Amino acid sequence: MDIQLKRGLLDVCVLTAIKNEDSYGYKIIKDMKPYIDMSESTLYTILKRLESAKMLTVHTSEHGGRLRKYYHITNAGLNRIEEFKNKWREVMSIYQYVMKEEESNDKAWFS
Amino acid sequence: MTKLGFLEALNKKLKGLPEKEVADRLSFYIEMIDDRIEEGIPEEEAVAQIGSVNKIAEQIISDIPLKEIAKKRIKPQKRFKAWEIVLIALGSPVWIPLLIAAVIVILALYIVLWSLIASAWAVFASVAACAPAGVVAGIMLACTSSALPGIALVGAGLVCAGLAIFAFWGCKEATVGTAKLTKRIFVGIKKALVKKEEA
Repeated sequence: MDIQLKRGLLDVCVLTAIKNEDSYGYKIIKDMKPYIDMSESTLYTILKRLESAKMLTVHTSEHGGRLRKYYHITNAGLNRIEEFKNKWREVMSIYQYVMKEEESNDKAWFS
Repeated sequence: MTKLGFLEALNKKLKGLPEKEVADRLSFYIEMIDDRIEEGIPEEEAVAQIGSVNKIAEQIISDIPLKEIAKKRIKPQKRFKAWEIVLIALGSPVWIPLLIAAVIVILALYIVLWSLIASAWAVFASVAACAPAGVVAGIMLACTSSALPGIALVGAGLVCAGLAIFAFWGCKEATVGTAKLTKRIFVGIKKALVKKEEA
């Protein structure tokens, strides 16, 4: 897949994982697992990128006698998800058109 | 591998990188391992799930900009003694040209590599231009004066068209390959800088 496109998709994935409540590294990976397998190092890079783009903020909380970093989505992050949804509607309709054409081509080929 | 063993091994591989960056990464992995252990996964298994130290270190090194690594490398680890400063100043007629030469050599290699790609594309462009020219000129020649040489010319034009199609794929692959190679060279330079620190 195109690197730029993939990067954008992964950003939205991580933002979605922290959209409803603040979350932490391991939970983000677990929540995304049914949809996408992401390694720790990839997640780290994405979190850093989103933090410097001010799409999320980080705060540290005590948990079970140790510190844990929690990630909180900002308005810019929420906007990024909305932007993705709008853009994707267009992409999906193009996809459906492509698939429909493929299907009718296949039919023409076999008949 | 235990958590401590993993962290020690990773820390060793990352020697020479900016300290804050390394500390940040290590605390991220500590949290990841601790969260797994808390969930009831045995320590060894939790560490194994994170992945191999070598692979992680390689990814971290390729993530950090070359500029950052170079800055860290150039910054002296200890304060220079007076005689060292004198030596560096006296030696400057030697080491400054050497440093410049090294940079120029790398730059030249880079230019040579991309010139090769540019020339490959130039070959493609000329062959591609010959194709329509040959066909058109051949038809004109065949219609006006000599039929056989005209047909031969059309044939030559078609051969050029075929060659151009082949050349296009070759050029495209070569460009992608060179881009990948350049990236690998950059990672190689970074790794060499980090390794030197380790020694």
